[in-house]
Amino acid sequence: MIGLPQYLGVAAMLFTIGVFGIFVNRKNVIVILMSIELILLAVNINLVAFSVFLHDVVGQIFAMFVLTVAAAEAAVGLAILVTFFRNRGDIAVDDASVMKG
Amino acid sequence: MSVQAVAFYLLALVSVASAGCVVAARNPVHSVLFLITTFFSAAGLFVLMGAEFLAMLLVVVYVGAVAVLFLFVVMMLNVDFSEFRKGFARYMPVGGLVAGVLLIEMIMVSSIVATRGAAARNDAPFVSGAGISNTEAIGRVLYTDYVYFFQAAGLVLLVAMIGAIVLTLRRRTGVRKQVIADQVGRTPATGMDIVQIKSGAGVPE
Repeated sequence: MIGLPQYLGVAAMLFTIGVFGIFVNRKNVIVILMSIELILLAVNINLVAFSVFLHDVVGQIFAMFVLTVAAAEAAVGLAILVTFFRNRGDIAVDDASVMKG
Repeated sequence: MSVQAVAFYLLALVSVASAGCVVAARNPVHSVLFLITTFFSAAGLFVLMGAEFLAMLLVVVYVGAVAVLFLFVVMMLNVDFSEFRKGFARYMPVGGLVAGVLLIEMIMVSSIVATRGAAARNDAPFVSGAGISNTEAIGRVLYTDYVYFFQAAGLVLLVAMIGAIVLTLRRRTGVRKQVIADQVGRTPATGMDIVQIKSGAGVPE
């Protein structure tokens, strides 16, 4: 029988993989953004699982808002990335110290 | 095992494996494609739980919009991605340590929550009964109790759209563009010159 623990386990694994991806791809900002998407997906799975097993639909509405914010975050993040690439010619973020002040 | 259990383990395996490939792939284009696979199998998990509306939303928003946006950006940037692999082995031990500790903690907490929490009383997934579909149940709550949050979400998307456009818009020099206001604002005084030409002298530059 597939219950709440199984879904929470999958979400935990996805979250962990996202955190691991941020650690090992410190220079590649595109993969960092994708890892953040993975983390938000894990959060969504948690929200939906609790919503379903608590018999309360509000969790799914919250997941929808998380989805909205994730989409907005991806759009703005990629726009910043494109601008950064245009100004510097590469996207190595570990030496992104052009900001003054 | 029931069909549901087989489907769950298959989808869970595919989603976790392709998520691993997202962070481990050498080529970012492959990462994006694995990300799409992850989202598809997560949508399958949502369907298994009975959250059909969010599953379709995940497919439409993520696979249809976000992943394609990633794909565009990855293909548009002309970067040597092999350079980025250099830190992989160096950060692997500390990343693996943190990830392992995090995974153990999260599984411990979630197993306690799942067995002793409030959700443990309902071991069967919620099937929205009384002839109400999942979409209708969401709509009934979203457009009544959470309508201001819904509007705020729309505002977030609007601000993100304006921000993305403002960030990526650039004015190129040396490109001729049509300026409607200038065209409409032209008068005969600025628009034409009357030149007196002597016979046989030609038109001066």
